[in-house]
Amino acid sequence: MTNYLFIEARDPFASRDTEFLERTAIALRQGGHEVTVFLVQNGVLAARQNGSDAYLSRLVGAGVTLLADDFSLSERGIQAAEMRPGIQPAGIETLVDALLEENTKAIWH
Amino acid sequence: MTEKKLTLALMDPPYESANSTTALRIISAALKKGIHVNVFAYEGAVCLPLKDQTPHANPVKGTTVEEEDHPTTKALISSLLEIGKENPLLTWVNCGLCVDERGAGNVVEGVRRGSPADFLKMAQESTNTLVIPTK
Repeated sequence: MTNYLFIEARDPFASRDTEFLERTAIALRQGGHEVTVFLVQNGVLAARQNGSDAYLSRLVGAGVTLLADDFSLSERGIQAAEMRPGIQPAGIETLVDALLEENTKAIWH
Repeated sequence: MTEKKLTLALMDPPYESANSTTALRIISAALKKGIHVNVFAYEGAVCLPLKDQTPHANPVKGTTVEEEDHPTTKALISSLLEIGKENPLLTWVNCGLCVDERGAGNVVEGVRRGSPADFLKMAQESTNTLVIPTK
């Protein structure tokens, strides 16, 4: 089993490429791998519960771990209470720890 | 592999993308954890440690250089190289051909010139490698 760590910097309102991430992450999870998506920069915009695109909720439903960079959230004025269920704010140190986990493949998107 | 080591490949030029800020935050966090870090700067990223960068006033807001306190990537990288002087060690390599194309050879102390072969070696000796592309 491999850990897949996606670092998502794009938001679904500006780029349809997030569909690639959704399809790939869910397929890997269904294949029995551990999958984490770390949202950063504009990627955190999709974490707002009142946003119309629910792809992050579908990822949560598929068993993918969702983390959102606390600095990026703060820059964009997004409070933890506004976020979709299942997405946890996390510091950049958490990303470093995840990168250093054994058998982890990291993909910046 | 006993010691943890992280390699990053950067491609964005300074002041163009939030990718640079995030990359510098990752490097800083890793060094503070005692993790060795390698950076291979490619394409426009070779200008990140360019010594010729100067902070500026902001005439639109009417602020002076001091009031603006404009952060430069060269100063941020110098600080990181100071933290990563020995243990943990930060190794920063600028792609030589990218430097020549851009005339970007005047860089802060601690940055060295190299080639993609250095990136391969860095990746081979690291716990993990993160490539941060421009788009």
